[in-house]
Amino acid sequence: MTGLGRYGGFMISSRRLILPIAVAFALVGAACGSDSKSASTTTAATSVPATTAAPATAAAPATTAATATTAAAVTTTVAATTPAASGTITVFAASSLTEAFTAAGKAFEAANPGSKVVFNFAGSGDLVTQIGQGAPADVFASADDTNMKKLSDAGEAVGTPVHFASNTLEIITEKGNPKGIATLADLAKPDTIVVLCAATQPCGKLAKQILDKASVTVTPKSLEDKVKGVVTKVTAGEADAGIVFVTDVKAAGDAAAGVEIPSDQNVVTEYPASVTKEATNPNGGAAFIAFVAGPAGQSILASSGFQAP
Amino acid sequence: MTLAVVAVGFFALPLIGLLWKAPWSDAWSILARSNSLTALRLSVWCSLWATLLSLVFGVPLAWLLARVEFPGRSIVRALCTLSMVLPPVVGGVALFFALGRRGLVGQYLDRWFDIRLPFTTTGVVVAQTFVAMPFLVITVEAALRQMDTRYEDAARTLGASRWYVFGRVTLPAIRPALVAGAVLAWARALGEFGATITFAGNFPGTTQTMPLSVYLALETDPREAIVLAIVMVVLSFAVLVGLRDRWLGSLGNLRLS
Repeated sequence: MTGLGRYGGFMISSRRLILPIAVAFALVGAACGSDSKSASTTTAATSVPATTAAPATAAAPATTAATATTAAAVTTTVAATTPAASGTITVFAASSLTEAFTAAGKAFEAANPGSKVVFNFAGSGDLVTQIGQGAPADVFASADDTNMKKLSDAGEAVGTPVHFASNTLEIITEKGNPKGIATLADLAKPDTIVVLCAATQPCGKLAKQILDKASVTVTPKSLEDKVKGVVTKVTAGEADAGIVFVTDVKAAGDAAAGVEIPSDQNVVTEYPASVTKEATNPNGGAAFIAFVAGPAGQSILASSGFQAP
Repeated sequence: MTLAVVAVGFFALPLIGLLWKAPWSDAWSILARSNSLTALRLSVWCSLWATLLSLVFGVPLAWLLARVEFPGRSIVRALCTLSMVLPPVVGGVALFFALGRRGLVGQYLDRWFDIRLPFTTTGVVVAQTFVAMPFLVITVEAALRQMDTRYEDAARTLGASRWYVFGRVTLPAIRPALVAGAVLAWARALGEFGATITFAGNFPGTTQTMPLSVYLALETDPREAIVLAIVMVVLSFAVLVGLRDRWLGSLGNLRLS
């Protein structure tokens, strides 16, 4: 009897272990999942009647949008699909569009009662992977043509992508630029901690082009998976500088400072958008693209630092 | 029974999916051209260090939480296990504010000792330890609470010192929990992504561990990502199965030696 009592304690303890172990394993899984930016935007799969008769009032601004812009592709898109914008529109957009598109989404909802725009912001490369895996997107807005082409090549995009904005790059530094960084060459100084985007991301590819053009060799301390990762490292004070989009410096506000890159060293990237093949709300998606390419959208994008396409 | 089978399927299916999609014919050439070996070595190295640190600091912490009555103990316990539920990216940002170059403590580490943790391999170990240690602490604490303290009392009445009792009675008695906790902490450290990329960054050879490497490969070459993921799964699986047979299999007939 004493023997049983003796070891009983340990047997219980070993059984008790099962719970923490099970919980722990569940948490490991959960923890990994939370990083992968899996499409958190769940659409209610509201399929919109494809041929909702667009009211005359809604058609009018669309025509203005079409005439105001010079891009031929935009004109055809707008003309072809009279906005029947209602229901939920799910937009997968590049991380650098976060602030501008959030504002554009609100303006769009105000202009199109009954519509709701839901966003999933991540690196363009991530978004292509997610859409390829069946994530529910109506619109894909990329920070470069390469990732848009990847989606088109996979047969997941519909029609010709519309270029709705362009962006250039800038050096981002800590608030007040304590290291006195003035040129790209300053990034090569050994005591300057520089962080860049990974070469898989548009910002990384463009930063490399810029540094090559300026014949500057930089040894970054980290290759971030998305442009906002560079912003975080700099605003947190861990890195002295990075190369990001002009719009990212603007979005960071007082937390960071920007140093302009001269136009002969800089590059311009075009932002294309397209409706996806699996879109549950293709009309809404097309209407949203037309909106951001139109005057109202353009003025919102401009206030975030984007340039016209 | 049915529910248990569903649970097994739930865990097994994603792995089977991974194996199903794997580009078997090109697996070797993909592994050879990627810098996966560097990442794998770094992952193993850092996760082992994180496990060691978790043991060194986690066991005394578990002992404190299980055996010492002090005001606010439940708050301390919650505090020390918070990083389990914290999104790892938030954990990484919090580590910035504590140990970064402009951090609460980090600014002095930088100024006085010239120690900078972000963007270093040590930073990876710190991030991994931060998220992994609680797994060891809760496991060991549970065992310490369940343990029959009369053995320790008996040893002490026979003249054994506190350290002797701890080393010869307490630790052997909780050995299964110790091993289980260490394995859990190691597994968590090996799979750690969010805190690492936030706090330590991502650079091949210094801070790019396997999960980071897999994640970045997913965007350029999904086939490479799958191969790398399988390498990680195989490694973890081998360790979990091996340890279970050697250490945890004998849970039932545990004896005090």
